[in-house]
Amino acid sequence: MDGMAPFERWFDICELSDIPVRGSRRLEKDGMKIAIFRTSDDRVYAVENSCAHKGGPLSEGIVHDCAVTCPLHNWVYDLSTGKAQGGDEGQIRTFPAEVRDGGRVHLRLAMAS
Amino acid sequence: MTKKLVVVGNGMAPGKVLETLFETAPGQFDVTIFNAEPRVNYNRIMLSPVLSGESKYEDIIIHDEAWYEANNVTLHAGEKVVSIDRENKTVRSDGGVIEGYDNLLIATGSTPFIIPVPGHDLPGVLAYRDLDDVNKMLNAAAKGGRAVVIGGGLLGLEAAAGLKLRGMDVTVIHLMPTLMERQLDPAAGYLLEKELSSRGIDIRTGANTKEIYGDGKVEGVRLEDGTEIDASIVVMAVGIRPSAQLAKDAGLDVNRGILVDCQMRTSDPDIYSVGECVEFEGNCYGLVAPLYEQARICARALTNDAEAAFAHAETSTKLKVTGVDLFSAGDFADGEGRDEIVFRDPAQGIYKRLVLQDNRLIGAVLYGETADGAWFFDKIKKGEEIDADERATLIFGQNFAGGSPLDPMAAVAALPDEAEICGCNGISKGQILNAIDKNELTDLQGVRQCTKASSSCGTCTGLVESLLALKLGDAFDASAKKTVCDCTEFGNDEVRRLIIAKELKSIPAVMQELGWKTSCGCAKCRPALNFYLLASWPGEYVDDNQSRFINERVHANIQKDGTYSVVPRAWGGVTTAAELRAVADVVDKYDIPMVKYTGGQRIDMLGVKKEDLPGVWADLNAAGMVSGHAYGKSLRTVKTCVGSEWCRVGTQDSTGLGIKLEKLMWGSWTPHKVKLAVSGCPRNCAEATCKDIGVVCVDSGYQIHIAGAAGMEVRATDHLTTVTTEEEAIEMCAAVLQAYREQGFYLERIYKWTARIGGAEKVHELIVDDVENRKALFERFKYAQQFSQDDPWAERASGKVDAHEFKTLELVE
Repeated sequence: MDGMAPFERWFDICELSDIPVRGSRRLEKDGMKIAIFRTSDDRVYAVENSCAHKGGPLSEGIVHDCAVTCPLHNWVYDLSTGKAQGGDEGQIRTFPAEVRDGGRVHLRLAMAS
Repeated sequence: MTKKLVVVGNGMAPGKVLETLFETAPGQFDVTIFNAEPRVNYNRIMLSPVLSGESKYEDIIIHDEAWYEANNVTLHAGEKVVSIDRENKTVRSDGGVIEGYDNLLIATGSTPFIIPVPGHDLPGVLAYRDLDDVNKMLNAAAKGGRAVVIGGGLLGLEAAAGLKLRGMDVTVIHLMPTLMERQLDPAAGYLLEKELSSRGIDIRTGANTKEIYGDGKVEGVRLEDGTEIDASIVVMAVGIRPSAQLAKDAGLDVNRGILVDCQMRTSDPDIYSVGECVEFEGNCYGLVAPLYEQARICARALTNDAEAAFAHAETSTKLKVTGVDLFSAGDFADGEGRDEIVFRDPAQGIYKRLVLQDNRLIGAVLYGETADGAWFFDKIKKGEEIDADERATLIFGQNFAGGSPLDPMAAVAALPDEAEICGCNGISKGQILNAIDKNELTDLQGVRQCTKASSSCGTCTGLVESLLALKLGDAFDASAKKTVCDCTEFGNDEVRRLIIAKELKSIPAVMQELGWKTSCGCAKCRPALNFYLLASWPGEYVDDNQSRFINERVHANIQKDGTYSVVPRAWGGVTTAAELRAVADVVDKYDIPMVKYTGGQRIDMLGVKKEDLPGVWADLNAAGMVSGHAYGKSLRTVKTCVGSEWCRVGTQDSTGLGIKLEKLMWGSWTPHKVKLAVSGCPRNCAEATCKDIGVVCVDSGYQIHIAGAAGMEVRATDHLTTVTTEEEAIEMCAAVLQAYREQGFYLERIYKWTARIGGAEKVHELIVDDVENRKALFERFKYAQQFSQDDPWAERASGKVDAHEFKTLELVE
């Protein structure tokens, strides 16, 4: 695929229906904790599952529109950019994620080390 | 030279291929069609009007027999092609007909997906695909009874509306929380559900079919939650899958559908394919516009037009149910750099949402008023830039385009004095302006008191505020009002009142009817709305787990490192050797790093991994322990001292009363957390006088205290009253709790609620003086409790509820 960094590839993760609407699932890859979110309009986003503030697990937050609110201290992140919103400044890693035709969730990650 | 073209399938897509061919290349092809269905080509999209009785089969025929004759087409109706011999370039049908071809066109379409639940093969289970299915439904409808439609998508809803018009009772079972979730956002899905419900169609969303039962034929459907719905027919409309078996058997490249290139050519260059059986660049299609486009491209490719190329494009959707106007097109998801323009007219049931990216319209959802659908769709397809002026009025559609941007204040100013502002109370603009002048009003509350405008349904609040601003200028500060959050103009009191007054029973309903400014709320308003709805409609409202804070969603307390703490209930602070042993075993088994006594006389296990929670709960359940709700805006602990049973100065059985109160109140959701205590004498060892509700036993009976606090603020309780019997004490406490549940703002403790409504004297008036009100509150509390006292731990330990929460996904390498 064009533009894909070396040593990365797409992984077939799960069915879209395995993730609750406005909910998330967790995943671990080579020690990296990842949260995959599904929005009310069936988009999927994957981010590093750790708030830039105090490391809170974002997978446990409330999902609203294209954002999640951290359960520990209410930092809000835009899921598509990984940028903290409002007055807070912070950035978390994002991973390309998409639903392929047929409802499978795919995620682009580094290949097995 | 005439080429021999054989077509497998006689649906709309191959029909369009032939129409185009005969028009652009007459005489070039000698055409033979095989059709498994013994009919000519008819308009499958119009089956719904045939079902509802608004059209007849004859009306929807595209090509009648004369057309086949005029174009020299041989039609083998009722002959299903069973094999393709690519080497000899022939096809063979189940009736033994063999035809040779130069070019073959496969258009086998799709087959309805049948969910393989028990009973799916019973007579009376129908799909909704062709005229035979429609005829079977019409036969069933003639006998009356109930039809259950499984699937709340486009087809399912059209079938449901048609069967209803034919006189059947209809229930729609839909797995997702809102209807047509692929084409509509939740707000539009809510309006659609409301409209169909008002037509008498019973809609069950979030419902999962477990089985279809019946003796020899369909008798009903059983849902996952045990609900049974009688039915004489079941229509499955959950989706379609491409029919690609014939192509696969012939050795063509097939994935989900038959793979084609942009010229609609399969992996065999002499064989083409169009329609629902096709897969192009990972996409399969079910709507007519792209299929007709495929057909036109295919016809050009067949005549060696090298320029012809199919490209994936946006599609639009309309529901063919008379009187329901909805339209969606393009991509209406939220995302980076996208913003939305939302317009809601609650009174007219209108919802419009446009999604823009890089100053271009990329998606639209319209409900209730769809006249501009085509205009918006055209803008989406063209992708032309929308400047700021155009954008300001874009949502108002084509007729408004080019007009000057609307200033809401100017619009209000332009209204004549006699224009009605408040429809509920018949108050005009002039009356409101006069009242503001005469009584020197400065805020909304004042206008409501003097004129009654905006005091009933409240939807004219924005207009009244504009009038205040118009009259007072900068002296009026609308933002002084405390709203639930930035998503709404309404405060908590108004939202609570309107939920009841307008009988709003779901989050999308509240957001639509109260004109929410966002499409799905935020982390502030969603938990509040979820609680208000739960408290207002016990037994009716379905709790929305995804609108709860994590602790209430997984029934444990999240800690700073992402692990959880687990606190089982210890009724009145009492435990047993068996319970302690079970706790010790759990701590060992799951390697729990810390065990601590809480301030509320309970045991807290800290540092439990999320994946271990169901196992921990199962073991605690086995020893008779249930969730302590130490994580919720709910009843926490009822702390007690040992009272008259053991204590030499105890006056009453404080432990026994504490246990009774806890057994009555556990599981109840409240605006904020609620802590109780019962002390056996005025020495007050259980510290009842700093609790939300406290009981202090005295010789003559029970003092009831309310509105204490011992957190960021410290506040001794107010003495509400003293009663003589335990029963009265219980009734009094429960009535206070229920009044708080009905009036409290989300995240407002009892002491703040009390202060807001006028102090303990006001509560005394409501609950002690007004005996009837107290008894009614107590009854309402008991009624609500029957729906809330299932142990959430047991539900989750069973693996049947929210299993996804506790499992991480596995990466398959």
